[in-house]
Amino acid sequence: MLSRGYHMRITLKISMFLVALITVSAALSAADEGRLKIATTSSLYDTGLLESIVDQFTEENSATVQIPSHGGTGIAIAAGQKGDVDLLIVHDKARETKFIEEEDGLERRCFAYNYFYIVGPEDDPAGVSGLNASLAFKSIMEKGLSNPDQVKFITRGDLSGTHSKEQSLWKAAGYNYSAVNTSGPWYVDAGSPMGATLIMANEKSAYTLTDMSTFMAYKGNLTLVPLIEGGDELLNVYSAIAINPDKHPGVNCQLANQFIDYLVSPQCQEIIGTYGQEEYGKPLFFKGEGNCDIMGCSVEECVVPTQAGCAQA
Amino acid sequence: MEEIWNGILRAIELIVTLNPEVMEITARSLIISFTAATLAAAIDIPLGGLIELRVFRGKRALVDLIQTLYGLPTVTVGLLVFLLLSRSGPFGSLELLYTPTGMVIGQMILISPILIGLTISALRGVSPHIRDTAISLGANEGQVIRTIIKEARFAVVAAVLIGFGRALSEVGVAMMIGGNIRDYTRVLTTSIALQTSMGNLETSMALGIILIGISMILNLSLSRFQGR
Amino acid sequence: MAFLEIRDLGKSYGQAQILKDINLGVEKGEILGLIGPTGSGKSTLLRLIDLLEEPSRGTIILEGRAVSGRPEKERIAARRRMAMVFQKPVMFKSNVLENVTFGLMVRGEGQAEQRKEKARAALQAVGLSGYESRDANTLSGGEMQRIALARAIVLEPELLLLDEPTANLDPRSASAIDSLLQSLAGGRTAVILATHNMMQCRKLADRVAVLVEGRITALGRSEDILGQEKRSGTSGWKVPGSDLPW
Repeated sequence: MLSRGYHMRITLKISMFLVALITVSAALSAADEGRLKIATTSSLYDTGLLESIVDQFTEENSATVQIPSHGGTGIAIAAGQKGDVDLLIVHDKARETKFIEEEDGLERRCFAYNYFYIVGPEDDPAGVSGLNASLAFKSIMEKGLSNPDQVKFITRGDLSGTHSKEQSLWKAAGYNYSAVNTSGPWYVDAGSPMGATLIMANEKSAYTLTDMSTFMAYKGNLTLVPLIEGGDELLNVYSAIAINPDKHPGVNCQLANQFIDYLVSPQCQEIIGTYGQEEYGKPLFFKGEGNCDIMGCSVEECVVPTQAGCAQA
Repeated sequence: MEEIWNGILRAIELIVTLNPEVMEITARSLIISFTAATLAAAIDIPLGGLIELRVFRGKRALVDLIQTLYGLPTVTVGLLVFLLLSRSGPFGSLELLYTPTGMVIGQMILISPILIGLTISALRGVSPHIRDTAISLGANEGQVIRTIIKEARFAVVAAVLIGFGRALSEVGVAMMIGGNIRDYTRVLTTSIALQTSMGNLETSMALGIILIGISMILNLSLSRFQGR
Repeated sequence: MAFLEIRDLGKSYGQAQILKDINLGVEKGEILGLIGPTGSGKSTLLRLIDLLEEPSRGTIILEGRAVSGRPEKERIAARRRMAMVFQKPVMFKSNVLENVTFGLMVRGEGQAEQRKEKARAALQAVGLSGYESRDANTLSGGEMQRIALARAIVLEPELLLLDEPTANLDPRSASAIDSLLQSLAGGRTAVILATHNMMQCRKLADRVAVLVEGRITALGRSEDILGQEKRSGTSGWKVPGSDLPW
């Protein structure tokens, strides 16, 4: 008993809805060919450097670049191992090497670096200022064991690149990490990302290891100060690895390699070397170009365009 | 898909072997959220009663506001409470940040709109004649409120269980106020976040399954209770 | 002055004037019948007396002191001297015993055991012994009405307000309740009985007030009022009780 007019209106509405649905899905899926997905680590992502680079890249290359994964190094690597992304940008040499050995990635390209800082309360109760990193850690542990109310260390405890670096420093200081981990209330396992860890260290007037860029970003809200700012032991090298299309068919290897080539190009290296100058008074990164020795990267993997082609199916 | 299946297997493994770390985290989750729900109920149920049964200007707006706050993002509440409990905040001297007590407080704030709002709804479901009967039999305001809450007790208990469930499965407050400190403030939800960021997807899935399992038990109890 | 005095009482809801110029008095030990057609305002009048609502005009005076228009604390105290049985009583979600002891609990009277004893006595008086642990909401309408009455009389109120207390009862039970009400009145209780039932009214009430469209059209001894109605036969209002073949 409904009027024909009513039926027609319903039909029209449903058709319009379907057309919209189809258009949207078409638009979404069409993007795939020119779409690059990157997994990276939060300490790099949070600085905004990647977004700046991506903006430039997409302007010159009419591609879509997305960074769906920017949590811990662990989840980034996992995304790479599942072929859910096309490109990995992280800062953990040991795991990167393993990644390539297991043929999940094509090749490693170092393109930028900075340093970790050991930060802590201004009055420096463990007296680390002026020491090198491993001696600083030694001092913190000793004083922390005897006086946990005064001296504390917060760890990220999340197997991130920063956490890996921290573990290697404990080793360099002569300790077994699992011993450090369970030795007492002075060592606080926060299981948190870098920003949250810094905030906790701030609240508790504790020491922690942080990457330079996150610290600079949070500095305004913290009373913590950097006590040790450089040295080989605190080197933090960022590399890019394209995911291997043989092992993970469907990844956009072409575009990944294109992006890596852009990362190592003089133009992009310039962007990297000056990023943050205005906002923080000094740049947050050092360009990889010309600094291969410092970074400890071999000539083949340091700031050169990609070699491995995408074996195409 | 593999992860999900492996996650289920891992969950069973963790439970059956009574994995100590998982047991500890689960117990802590339950204790913190249960405490939050109980304490919040003690305040919010009478408060809901007062709001519903009194007449005052702006009552409607207040109830609307409460219902809007049901869906408060947990990170927002986390941030709010963080600012209050931080060393540089008004209650910093209480040293509640990064403690389980702080988490309880945060969760209490998170679920209060739900508890108050659902109590109000529950009370609205009670016949107005009950109120008249209670008053005519000599009840004062407090006694009337208690009587009506008692009449609506099933719906009110349901509200508390819902609040408990929300507290149990939230991560924003737990993370910001608790800090996910191992052996101290680490709970199921923050562990899931950590395991995920580490790429341990199976373990993360397993913990999620345990959490879902607990929620299921909660909801089943709720239905049984209401079915009476 | 009478135990309960109502002076120039009026009640309006917006434009609608439900009660107007009500003047009444009830003494202790007296049963005042309140009769009138449906919608005449009987229930409203009882509600006002029970202080569930405030009158628009006039005063309610209990034992020489005004109780309407007073702060809540005084009204609660006044209500605790009265008890009301509503037309369609509701039961609390509990057993019969808890329903009946509600008023005692609320007043904090006595110990639990004493309250239970009183409740049992009240249940016996209304003919429902043994109902203590039954779920009050599973009872029939008539049973609920008797529970409501037990709930009221267990309080030994000084003023008892009854709104059609036997409307849902079969004649046998109704008659038993009538006897109960009669015995109450002999004592210290003032009773207002609102009813449709002429027979009941004539039987129980000492005096009668006739309420038509919110006004008292007649007030006096029941023989005079009811007798008159029966004789006149020209009243515009049907007298139901007299038509029934009792």
